[in-house]
Amino acid sequence: MKRFNLQSVKTLYYAEMARSLRTVLQSIVSPVISTSLYFVVFGAAIGTRISEVDGVSYGAFIVPGLIMLMLLTQSVSNASFGIFFPRFSGSIYEILSAPMSYVEVVLGYVGAAATKSLILGLIVLATARLFVPYSIEHPLMMLVFLVLTAVTFSMLGFIIGIWADGFEKLQLVPLLVITPLTFLGGTFYSIDMLPPFWQTVTLANPVVYLISGFRWSFYGISDVSPVVSLLVILLFLGSALAVLHWIFKSGYRLKP
Amino acid sequence: MIRVEELSKTFSDGFEALIDIDLEIERGEIFALLGPNGAGKTTLISVICGLVNASHGRVLVDGHDNVSDYRAARELIGLVPQELTNEAFTTVWDTVSFSRGLFGKSQDPAHIEKVLRSLTLWEKRNSRLLELSGGMKRRVLIAKALAHEPQVLFLDEPTAGVDVELRREMWEVVRGLRDEGVTIILTTHYIEEAEEMADRIGVIRRGEIVLVENTHALMRKLGSKELTLHLQEPLEAVPESLAGHGLELADEGHALVYSYDAAREEGGSTISGLLADLEAVGLRVRDLHTRQSSLEDIFVSLVQERH
Repeated sequence: MKRFNLQSVKTLYYAEMARSLRTVLQSIVSPVISTSLYFVVFGAAIGTRISEVDGVSYGAFIVPGLIMLMLLTQSVSNASFGIFFPRFSGSIYEILSAPMSYVEVVLGYVGAAATKSLILGLIVLATARLFVPYSIEHPLMMLVFLVLTAVTFSMLGFIIGIWADGFEKLQLVPLLVITPLTFLGGTFYSIDMLPPFWQTVTLANPVVYLISGFRWSFYGISDVSPVVSLLVILLFLGSALAVLHWIFKSGYRLKP
Repeated sequence: MIRVEELSKTFSDGFEALIDIDLEIERGEIFALLGPNGAGKTTLISVICGLVNASHGRVLVDGHDNVSDYRAARELIGLVPQELTNEAFTTVWDTVSFSRGLFGKSQDPAHIEKVLRSLTLWEKRNSRLLELSGGMKRRVLIAKALAHEPQVLFLDEPTAGVDVELRREMWEVVRGLRDEGVTIILTTHYIEEAEEMADRIGVIRRGEIVLVENTHALMRKLGSKELTLHLQEPLEAVPESLAGHGLELADEGHALVYSYDAAREEGGSTISGLLADLEAVGLRVRDLHTRQSSLEDIFVSLVQERH
């Protein structure tokens, strides 16, 4: 039996990419606009009152957090919609009847969703440059964090897209879980600005580790050690893989 | 070409959709799976195509187990689903090419062109799917299923909700495919469709294959009709001169029931012969009606025969 069906993966990947290219304007314009708004409101208005955080100007301080915010929400929504739509329309039959292993199906969908959100992350990074000067101390590690986060949260999105049995549920997790966790994850502030009790509570928020590690790759400053951040992402990745493995083994919501 | 062995499917809610199915589809034939709605037709082809997991038993496609050797098995199969499902914004060409790639085949524009032309979709190749009529959308689904050059094509209710003209057209398409050597399995709940199309018919009812027979033989068995003659004057008994027609007295002598089918006609009894004989005896007929056995009657009689 053939080991790996590259042709099928490529086909699925390009088809998914083409789907978002059809709406290229809204997929790029909306994140650029919302990032600009964050910079105007937080960077300019509030930033004038907060001079520096750990030696970094406030405008520059929020750049990594904003990119993460975009990366998390876009990864989850891209990937969840990517698999939910064919389930909803019924065209999933073709994927399930194709001679593809589940690893190949995941690679196609998650790969495309992660690529899209990576591109968006880089666009936001470029947009930020228009507002504030920043430096990237560890560019390689920055890319590692970027890629791992995009892949992990695209997997989470894929799982949500399989779990959701309606459009409401599809919106529910991003709205009720991802966005609050990101806002409370230190996008706009350093954790040591919080009272001690809330500092401890915040450490239970996984997004804190992502943003902290990512910010470290920019400025060399972090709330938690970058090694811990990396471990947390890998733990996430491992859990997502385990859930996906279970989904395909059991046929959950895909194959009765 | 396809062998189904002791296949059962019980869904998680306890519903037994398929019960101990054994079936063999021969290479190059058109096989019709005939049964009422909810009989398990779609579930059966879903299991064969890998959309539904079997609870028990196995499926071999040209010798390849569809679970342990699913790649080889699925490469041979094309599936046309019952529902019209498509991404509305892609073009005909793109969606058919996508299907080919998804099945692991490198792009082959000449083959795609051939498929589109044979389904008279070539002129529409650059149209987006949402611009197409229902009949064209169904043909696009067939084109998608044929894009990877399968040896077996499954058509789930290809003519459900399709008007008469389109149905004829669909039949032509299916015959054309068979002539090219594609083995075809179609599901239907229309007896006429099975009769028109199939080389062999498998009758499925409540998850069980009731019988599999070649179409001609089955139609002789199933195609019986009843003519009821309501008489002006009641009879005590069937007149002697009418004995050759196998008539039965009904409604306390007020009616004569004539059952006829291919076998009886071969035996020399025809409707016109019967009417002439009635005339000769001087029986006056007040009214008459005919009745063809419905699919449900046929199932009942088949099931009774079996038990």
